Amino acid sequence: MKTVRIIPRLDIKGPNLVKGIHLEGLRVLGKPSDFAKYYYEQGADELMFMDVVASLYERNSLHDIISETAKSIFIPITVGGGLRSISDIKEVLRVGADKVCLNTAAIKNPQLIKDASRMFGSSTIVVAIEAIKESDGKYLAYTDNGREFTGIDVFEWAQKVAEFGAGEIVITSVDKEGTGQGYDLELISRITNLVGIPVIAHGGAGKQDHVVDALKGGNISSAMISSLFHYHFIKENESKASSLEGNVEFLNQKRSFHTFEPCSIEEVKRTLKSNQIDCRL
Amino acid sequence: MDNNFKKVVIIDYQLGNLFSVKQACDTVGVNAEISSNREDILNADALILPGVGAFIEAMNNLKKFGLDTAIQTKVNGGTPIFGICLGQQLLFTESEEFGAGKGLDLISGIIKRFPETIKERKVKVPHIAWNTIFKLNQEWDNTALKDLNNNDFMYFIHSYYVKPKDDDCILTLTNYDGIEFCSAILRNNIFATQFHPEKSADKGISIYKNWALINKLL
Repeated sequence: MKTVRIIPRLDIKGPNLVKGIHLEGLRVLGKPSDFAKYYYEQGADELMFMDVVASLYERNSLHDIISETAKSIFIPITVGGGLRSISDIKEVLRVGADKVCLNTAAIKNPQLIKDASRMFGSSTIVVAIEAIKESDGKYLAYTDNGREFTGIDVFEWAQKVAEFGAGEIVITSVDKEGTGQGYDLELISRITNLVGIPVIAHGGAGKQDHVVDALKGGNISSAMISSLFHYHFIKENESKASSLEGNVEFLNQKRSFHTFEPCSIEEVKRTLKSNQIDCRL
Repeated sequence: MDNNFKKVVIIDYQLGNLFSVKQACDTVGVNAEISSNREDILNADALILPGVGAFIEAMNNLKKFGLDTAIQTKVNGGTPIFGICLGQQLLFTESEEFGAGKGLDLISGIIKRFPETIKERKVKVPHIAWNTIFKLNQEWDNTALKDLNNNDFMYFIHSYYVKPKDDDCILTLTNYDGIEFCSAILRNNIFATQFHPEKSADKGISIYKNWALINKLL
């Protein structure tokens, strides 16, 4: 059987779950562990935690959140954000992560992909590629949540990442991320046709049909989703949303919701099944 | 002896996520400790051999700590062992991979890599997915899988799989994109899975519980 995975992505800033648009303009949504537990119970296939400011300040504050989550959640957990060295990777694996996600450090030092995959196994090493479509139609790779220009061609980089031993690629369309306009289908299909390793599509899911569009055809292995599920969680659990700090007004107004049709993981999976896309349900 | 004192050793040879294996043991009440000490292994009531990564590096590490012979001695003496993922592969005779050499040879068979293509169609490797497990000849009633149904989903993440010499040890099969492979084995005191029960939600945790119950570790 060939199944796809649905992976909720939790962007973390300090103790909070946040969400931005184009990976920027972050809003606080609530406590990460509340969301993680809910997604686990709803049938998430994996979870992805991304420390979205770690790379900027060169630190990683996720350890407490990871070890707390890993105690009661028995699905794979991938952790990214600010991991720069073998010892950084070792540390997040030690506190309970199953896989790590590299971006900035991998571009600065591609040897890290080789060393890490040899040491921890290819399947432990996920590389995130943040792509922005330039005005001439070229896709270039960025780092630090789409802030830093590298000038590197996304497709050449994806091939190198696979060659260097990464086990998976997360391809983010920074242009689509947080917009709810749908995945960049050209970008994700070109990447997955180029490499032999699984590819996870990220950035743009605004309704269930977008997930179907990305996963039909069988070449994309997984869809990574945040806003769609986060907004659904908030609707279902209003009291838990943003219990930590600020932005309550933003949440109550639900202004960000208008481009999204929030839904649960189970609803997405049922829709996939009805479109003959296999998944764990 | 009081079963509370039954000690399970999770073998640490510096590869893989032992945290979640320990967490799964704690959740079902198994008294488990992580160790890379040969004496601890020789004194254990049962062993868990986890692991993620490369076969060759894993065997080298086991040898470096003197754990290979300790495991062989214990398992040949009847101590229950539970191998997970790479830990299952290590129980077999040898890897097909060039230069990878011999395994622990507790079960006869080889380790194979998924092909990159089948009939000119590309196969994504590693196989990273929730996939179904189903029966071959053995029933699951009195095994660690007793709470599972045929075709339940388990979590897989691997590029290699085992091919036992004799089918009789095959407890489950799985089909990935047209390739059918052995995804769990059981022979006497040796139980092992290619999938990760500790990453397979409630049904996966039931495997830990039932393995412990069957081997009187709880």
